Amino acid sequence: MTDKTAKQTQQTELSERLAVLKKNKAFIVGASILAFWVFSAIFGKLIARYDQDFMDYEAVNSAPSLKYWFGTDQSGRDVYSRVIVGSRIIIVISFLATLLGAFIGASLGLIAGYLKGRFDMVLMRILEAISAIPVIIIALLAVAAIGRSSSIITILIIGLIFTPNVARTVRAAVLGESELEYVAAAKLRTEKTGHILFREVLPNVLPTLIVEFTVRLGYAIFAVATLSFLGAGLEAGSPDWGTQVADTWSLIFTNIWWPTLFPSLAIASIAVSINLISDALLEVFEL
Amino acid sequence: MSTSITPTLELRGLEVAYTVRGIDRQVLRDVSFSIAPGEAYGLVGESGCGKSTAAFAAMRYLPRNGKITGGSILFEGKDIVDIGEEDVAQLRRSAISMVYQNPATALNPTIRIGKQIAEVFELDGASKSDALAMAQAALTKVQISDPAQVMRRYAHQLSGGMAQRVVIAMALASNPRLLVMDEPTTGLDATVEAEVLDLVRELRRDTGTAVLFISHNLGVIRNMCDRVGVLYAGALVEQGATADLFNNPSHPYTVGLLRCIPRGGLHKSTDRLDTIPGTPPALGTHFDGCVFAARCALADDKCRTELPQMVTISGAHVARCFHSDKASSMPRSVEQIEIQSTPTHHLANVGESLLDVSHLSKVFTQDGHRIRVINDVSLSLGVGETLGLVGESGSGKTTIAKLVLGLVAPEEGGVIKLDGKGLAKTLNRRDVQDVGAMQIVFQNPDQALNRRHSVTRIVSRAVERLRGFSAQSSIERARELLLGMRVEATLHGARPVQLSGGLKQRVAIARAFAGAPQIVLCDEPTSALDVSVQAAILNLLVDLQKQDKTSFIFISHDLGVVRYISDRIAVLYLGRVVEFGASQRVFNGPFHPYTEALLSSVPNIDGSIRKRIPLTGVVPSPSNPPSGCVLNPRCPRKVGSGYESMCESEEPNLNEVEPGHFMRCHIPMAKLKQLQS
Repeated sequence: MTDKTAKQTQQTELSERLAVLKKNKAFIVGASILAFWVFSAIFGKLIARYDQDFMDYEAVNSAPSLKYWFGTDQSGRDVYSRVIVGSRIIIVISFLATLLGAFIGASLGLIAGYLKGRFDMVLMRILEAISAIPVIIIALLAVAAIGRSSSIITILIIGLIFTPNVARTVRAAVLGESELEYVAAAKLRTEKTGHILFREVLPNVLPTLIVEFTVRLGYAIFAVATLSFLGAGLEAGSPDWGTQVADTWSLIFTNIWWPTLFPSLAIASIAVSINLISDALLEVFEL
Repeated sequence: MSTSITPTLELRGLEVAYTVRGIDRQVLRDVSFSIAPGEAYGLVGESGCGKSTAAFAAMRYLPRNGKITGGSILFEGKDIVDIGEEDVAQLRRSAISMVYQNPATALNPTIRIGKQIAEVFELDGASKSDALAMAQAALTKVQISDPAQVMRRYAHQLSGGMAQRVVIAMALASNPRLLVMDEPTTGLDATVEAEVLDLVRELRRDTGTAVLFISHNLGVIRNMCDRVGVLYAGALVEQGATADLFNNPSHPYTVGLLRCIPRGGLHKSTDRLDTIPGTPPALGTHFDGCVFAARCALADDKCRTELPQMVTISGAHVARCFHSDKASSMPRSVEQIEIQSTPTHHLANVGESLLDVSHLSKVFTQDGHRIRVINDVSLSLGVGETLGLVGESGSGKTTIAKLVLGLVAPEEGGVIKLDGKGLAKTLNRRDVQDVGAMQIVFQNPDQALNRRHSVTRIVSRAVERLRGFSAQSSIERARELLLGMRVEATLHGARPVQLSGGLKQRVAIARAFAGAPQIVLCDEPTSALDVSVQAAILNLLVDLQKQDKTSFIFISHDLGVVRYISDRIAVLYLGRVVEFGASQRVFNGPFHPYTEALLSSVPNIDGSIRKRIPLTGVVPSPSNPPSGCVLNPRCPRKVGSGYESMCESEEPNLNEVEPGHFMRCHIPMAKLKQLQS
């Protein structure tokens, strides 16, 4: 028997799905927007037209113009430059918070789904209790307790709050996987539990984890923006979008809408882009 | 077939293509056949040959990416290729019905059975109460016991055989003129399959419905159909009356297919199975000549460049082959393998006792109920021998495998001895040597091979863990093993998903042999494969056994396969061994009544008529087994044996009825012999 053709006729599953993904319109739009913001986050200073803290006292609250594309705020700072440069902090903090939540959640989910039994039951009840805590209130309490807002605290809190969701999703996937016979086959060559979990099962639940990660990242962007709007998220005076909106929103009533609108649009666009990407991933990987 | 009768269904030069990733791929090529009223037409072929596509096309029910690119479909003389959706719906409502392979998914799990069937009558205009009465009558017609009670049940409360009867009842509710059956018995046990087929045969006699019967099982086709068409790569390669085609196969593919099957009487010790070299072409391959030329022993240049037309063999028997006269005397295709034998610790001689399992029991607890799934099983296996485990689903075959491997711990009192040495009950208490000594090949390689790992890694990791080799020499040994299993070097870096079903199973076998095992358990290793691939895998297993003196425990529901490969057979029923002995003894009789029923339910491929010994009723739940002999409510030999009261009150022991032949039955051997002659 020669099965030469088997390889030639079938592309790998992954490359086939990626090819489909590249043709997905939602994915193209989402990825383009996100790529723009990631680029801004890295090279923001290069494409900003002014220093984000430069104040033009001649042009306070000036409307969008050729000189100031998005206008200026009440201190005469260029809104366009501040939006571009402000992308870095929100992206970095949201990403780190999500990464933390995904790491702890995935580990707990793997163990709970594989061991089942009492450990699983107790852990899932604890996680349910955690997911009942509202993120904003716990963040405000933390700021009150330590007396100032800090990005590290924000990352820890968002990460903790996300842990149960990730754990639940991963656990469900692991429950299915651990019934499959490749797990029995691994036991039959005397593999340790750690190896089975991280080398055998984890790679198979990775697509689920990646999609869950993007979904959480979208929520994290909103959470970080909301917290900094409330003044509870980041160090005071940072040029992030939430703080910009918080500093300028009262001007809307005097018809000075631009310092509020553009950072808000930035928040919306990045949240939408991540949701588009996670929708596309869900569709293409049939989760 | 007389030309004056309009056929119920006629396909003329039908061409169907599927659009896959933007490219049209042809799946049916110039397919023409017709089914007369009341006739049963069988379509047979291996997976991917287009059987189901032909059936779906006949119902105008192609998937969204499928389209008819040529030819016509005539239903009672009317072309239905271009009729509108409304007319198609009307046709399906009143004239054509379909029975699918998996009854569990064909029924709505949220609607009671009675209401589901009644809906079909309501669509036809019956009132609610009339429809319910008609539904009950329909269930009675398909010989379901206690139809009134079944009406109130949900789909998950039915056994596979009952669910398929319900599906058939629904299909027949509209009095269709054409019934399309797509592998209707494939997921069912042999005894249930036989009952469902009996039912279909009876219904066909009573209603005169034309049937398009699709199956990969040649035995079933032979027993069910008046005429047969053989499909290969979307082309009809041979067609004729069933007896003509089976007795005088005239296309090389049909000949090859028939030769692959381990039929009654063949045994590994004397016969090697034929295979069909090569693999089926990929979907949508373009052919200049004959579709089968690449795999055909008779192919010449003409076959490769020129499309053969149907030639008449005799009467209505036709074959699409230039060399149909030579097909039946085609040279046999028997492959040999050479593997560098690895010196192992098999010092014992063939036949010497290797594995001794005694008093094995297993109780599972489910919702507070204790269910004894394995009850006092004792078995033995010699060096270089194959022990076949047969029995219907739920008989405990797979659980026994798991107990022996230590994946599941047996109850107190169960002893598993390998080479005279008692083994720990669970895997994690056994040392590496004992673990490596017994390995398994699972039924479904898609689940058994980690889809994220490469072929080499899957095998080398097992070598590394079980033999203690270094990473580098493990990879070398893995490559050797894979080459020995005929997995080419170019495929060693591939992921399982890139391999065909047969190749995946070869990788799984290579993994099982990684630790130089003494015993390999094979749990239905070929039931997911096509017959030609199955033959190659069975040949491989036999070669490995001859070479390394490896012993096998071979689990299968296919009695032909078990008979071919086994030296000893254990027949299981409800977690008990009911018969155990040398293969010849068990298959030649006198049989245990259960074995007798099981054997008689296998559809025969040679066309000989055999009296079926029916098992009545369903397999009882192991949580509440019948008193006395567990088989007694279904036993075909109890009544009239003179041992009725004993059968109902006392559980028989597994007695040695003749040297090396054990049976769990109250009826003495002599009496059984007399009853069965």
